[in-house]
Amino acid sequence: MGYFGELFVMAMTAIFIQNFVLSRFLGLCPYLGVSKKLDSALGMGMAVIFVMTLASAITFLINKYLLLQFGLMYLQTIAFILTIAALVQFVEMVIQKNAPALYKSLGVFLPLITTNCAVLGVAIINTTAFRSDGITPYNFLDSTLNGFFSGVGFTFVLLAMAGIRQRLEKVDLPKSMRGMPIALVLAGIMALAFYGFMGFKI
Amino acid sequence: MFYIILETTSTFSTIGIPVLIISSLGLLFGLILAIASKVFEVKIDPRVEAVIEALPGANCGACGAAGCAGYAERVVNEGEAANKCAPGGPAVAALIAKIMGQDASAMTQKVAVIHCSSGGKDNTKWKYYYQGVDSCKAAVNIAGGPNSCSWGCMGLNDCQKACMFDAISIDENGMRVIDFNKCTGCGACVKACPRKLIMLVPINRNVYIKCSSKEKGPDAKAVCGTSRPCIGCGICSRKCPVQAITVENNLARIDYDKCINCGLCATVCPTKAIQDLLAGMRKKADINPELCIGCTICAKVCPVTAISGELKQLHVVDKDICIGCERCVSKCPKKAIEMV
Repeated sequence: MGYFGELFVMAMTAIFIQNFVLSRFLGLCPYLGVSKKLDSALGMGMAVIFVMTLASAITFLINKYLLLQFGLMYLQTIAFILTIAALVQFVEMVIQKNAPALYKSLGVFLPLITTNCAVLGVAIINTTAFRSDGITPYNFLDSTLNGFFSGVGFTFVLLAMAGIRQRLEKVDLPKSMRGMPIALVLAGIMALAFYGFMGFKI
Repeated sequence: MFYIILETTSTFSTIGIPVLIISSLGLLFGLILAIASKVFEVKIDPRVEAVIEALPGANCGACGAAGCAGYAERVVNEGEAANKCAPGGPAVAALIAKIMGQDASAMTQKVAVIHCSSGGKDNTKWKYYYQGVDSCKAAVNIAGGPNSCSWGCMGLNDCQKACMFDAISIDENGMRVIDFNKCTGCGACVKACPRKLIMLVPINRNVYIKCSSKEKGPDAKAVCGTSRPCIGCGICSRKCPVQAITVENNLARIDYDKCINCGLCATVCPTKAIQDLLAGMRKKADINPELCIGCTICAKVCPVTAISGELKQLHVVDKDICIGCERCVSKCPKKAIEMV
């Protein structure tokens, strides 16, 4: 299998089979919190893609050249959270200065995802992930792309949820089901649907 | 001896190195962020930060902006009104006004008023029986709405559903009643009403034209469920002592910047379309003879010439003519006039 085949497998795995929200149950907070409107869901999704890609890249380096070198794997969580939080803060400052338009659309979401578990999740999963041959661990590019695809998978599900919830607004629901209850039922049904992708062999 | 060295080295490598690495990592990031905050500093108007400090930080969105920070930015940069924060109420409005150097007294709170007296079960004329999605927005699209008057209230309570503060209740006749104590003037109901019947009125103004029909007089009267429409006759406009009422497209509207709350228009309206919450409750002016110096100012400002008296002579108020507008009270240089 060529590298593009590898990428295809990685993308399908990250978006459908091992979707962060619906299979790994990470990042549920924004999934339920920011999925009321389609445009804010899109903003959040873009911010997550952005942060996940960057975090995957930088934590790969931290992991390989710092933690593995000194045998400090047990410090992974604290080191990664530290790195990701600092990175997001830094990026926020940079885009606030250099790209005010981008800051307006992403800025409000950036502080929300500094400590999001999906972002930490992708960083940790990258350290133990293997390519489809089951022997080669992810290299720098693999990790970065996996972060990107995981973000895409998150955005995809978030947008689907927001689209359905916007339509649900107009439905005459029983009073006790309005809002969060129906959102949770919906999340359950979506997770069941994504369960169908499990065991999918590419 | 050798063992001791090994022992210390291994203690160092198990505790020292991780501590060193993590703390230096933290220090490094801290330094980078500190430098970045200087290099990439964006000059924020200090007033924006002050306004954010003053706001409750609930990010409720009642002001119409995306969160408290968004509202603060609008207040400072786009001249948004300082009294839009519903949870904060007048206290926060006063704080923001102070930051912005505005006169806090100009920040009167507004409340929503429905400009239609119809819309209940027994005071509405119906065109057809509406059965469908329980929403004004949906009903208005079917043959111009279920009620005969295409300007009036349909009684499906979109405004009540939009209200975030529980200020709108429904009485036994199916009429919407707005509780001014709960209304924050956020304007959510104004946006929700597809017939645009709701307007925000300063809370200290109590005279409302309860009609929004732009039909000509007879047509408006024919379809009105309460037969109290504005027929655009213009009597109120002519009688208004301060020219606060204008008639346009067969509909009278009060300019609340000019309105003095006297309620004269409500008494002259031939169709009783004007509601005066203070009707019969207004006090009459009374001049204290010991303080009056006969300057004639009160007589000049009286919109209904209820005050008479010669220059440098004691002035008297004709209580039958006085409408209780309180204009003379604030104008009297000697504070000789009281409302009794």
